Amino acid sequence: MTPVAARASGFDVARVRADFPILDERVHGKPLVYLDSANTSQKPRSVIDAMDDYYRHSNANIHRATHLLSERATALYEGTRAKATAFINAPDSHSIVFTKGTTDGINLVAQSYGRSTLKAGDEVLISWLEHHSNIVPWQLVCEQTGAALRVVPINEAGEIDLDAFRSMLSRRTKIVAIGHVSNALGTINPVREMTAQARAAGAVVLVDGAQAIPHLPVDVQALDCDFYAFSSHKMFGPTGVGVLYGRRSLLEAMPPYQGGGDMIASVTFEKTSYNAVPYKFEAGTPNIGGVVGFGAAIDYLMAIDREAALIHEDDVLDYAAAGVRNIPGARIVGEAARKTAVLSFVLDGVHPHDAGTILDREGVAVRTGQHCAQPVMDRYGITATIRASLAIYNTREDIDALLRALDRVRLVFQ
Amino acid sequence: MSDLSDLYQEVILDHNRRPRNFRALERATHHAEGYNPLCGDRLDLFLEIDGDVIADVGFQGSGCAISKASASLMTDSVKGRPIAAARALFERFHRMVTTPPDQEVEDLGKLSVLAGVREFPVRVKCASLAWHTLKAALDRTETTTTE
Repeated sequence: MTPVAARASGFDVARVRADFPILDERVHGKPLVYLDSANTSQKPRSVIDAMDDYYRHSNANIHRATHLLSERATALYEGTRAKATAFINAPDSHSIVFTKGTTDGINLVAQSYGRSTLKAGDEVLISWLEHHSNIVPWQLVCEQTGAALRVVPINEAGEIDLDAFRSMLSRRTKIVAIGHVSNALGTINPVREMTAQARAAGAVVLVDGAQAIPHLPVDVQALDCDFYAFSSHKMFGPTGVGVLYGRRSLLEAMPPYQGGGDMIASVTFEKTSYNAVPYKFEAGTPNIGGVVGFGAAIDYLMAIDREAALIHEDDVLDYAAAGVRNIPGARIVGEAARKTAVLSFVLDGVHPHDAGTILDREGVAVRTGQHCAQPVMDRYGITATIRASLAIYNTREDIDALLRALDRVRLVFQ
Repeated sequence: MSDLSDLYQEVILDHNRRPRNFRALERATHHAEGYNPLCGDRLDLFLEIDGDVIADVGFQGSGCAISKASASLMTDSVKGRPIAAARALFERFHRMVTTPPDQEVEDLGKLSVLAGVREFPVRVKCASLAWHTLKAALDRTETTTTE
């Protein structure tokens, strides 16, 4: 993007970069070029400071004690819940369950909602694009209940086959679980349309939002999905924290996932009654410091012009795709019409793992491998790709560094 | 960039381009499959054992340059040798690639080209995959061809 265009879009990437201390880091003596944000994003100073401040001034357990620090900790923890509610436009904060992350949220739905409602003859529908964490929890619950797991195919471009999706929906379909954005290819799935069709067929819909949440505005009421799971660490917050949004009537009807403290109303050896949602699903002392950092990450994202940020990211992605297409022997894997922030590709005669090592020595951090999406790799008859993934802090200069480093890869392997 | 050229030495690149013994053995008596889920490397190893000797060895599969070259070099170095010698070589190779880079290692002839992986901790698994697969194949008493 030219400086003029950057100004016109109202997005100042230099200012954003200055918010992320790690971007000044040098690796192997080279400036860090971080192109692995789909794996985990970097953290702005405000998030790091919020967690530091919490441990210095407010650390205590929540919902339990009468002392001041516990009040502070509880206020911070519940404050993040309120922020998350606004961030995804949930109808109320009771529908926001804190989890360890997206994987935890999906497992919660599979084991609580799925296990208590599925039976033999029922079907769970996922797509070929899913991350392992939106496959394996459903395989487990299908084994436990006798339900069948069905997989909607994708086309060569890496888009879900919507005709197949419609034809696979039936009265037997009880749960539809789809990713909002593919972590391996970057495809943006038409989740709003798919959710409407699935719900019309009588299914409950879970959207895996791990890869969408740092890039796309998410409005769970507009999507009208029943569950939406995402992770803090993909959106500039700390690891080990996430949110499961659930339709409140469903959450209230669902059995607890784990038992322990904080999730109960009263306990005797004869009978235990459970706390109200969302606390029913938050057994044990949670990652309070992480939730505090997560709150700061939500603040950070809500304070930037996200539309302008997305335009910026799209520009960098297009620039990267054009650059990689120009490399002799390079092939982009996944050419969906609607994509965000991910460029997966392979190089003739060079295994992605070797490329990854050489790129690393040039300071360029990418992910190489199957990206926890082995079925996607199998679909294309490959075992791995090189994946460059973007966040709001990446620039065309980062892509230039990637392309220079890929030249080195070619030199080593020519 | 001397460390990169330590890793990708000409011998390694050559074995990657033209892996030796890259074939399935029709008369294999032992077989094992090696898999590195981190990078998706897969290796099928075939042995023809005659008495106490590895009479023939072959491999197939897909993987990075390091794992492919290591498999190729491994097959070259155990072919025609007693099983006991191959097992001892496994131990020596394993010691070589897991010794910290600032310490001296034993000269293992051609196999020494892989000592460079010590500078790249995440790549040690790539170099050792073929050797672990060899050990798995030798540890089996029956012919395993059902995988």
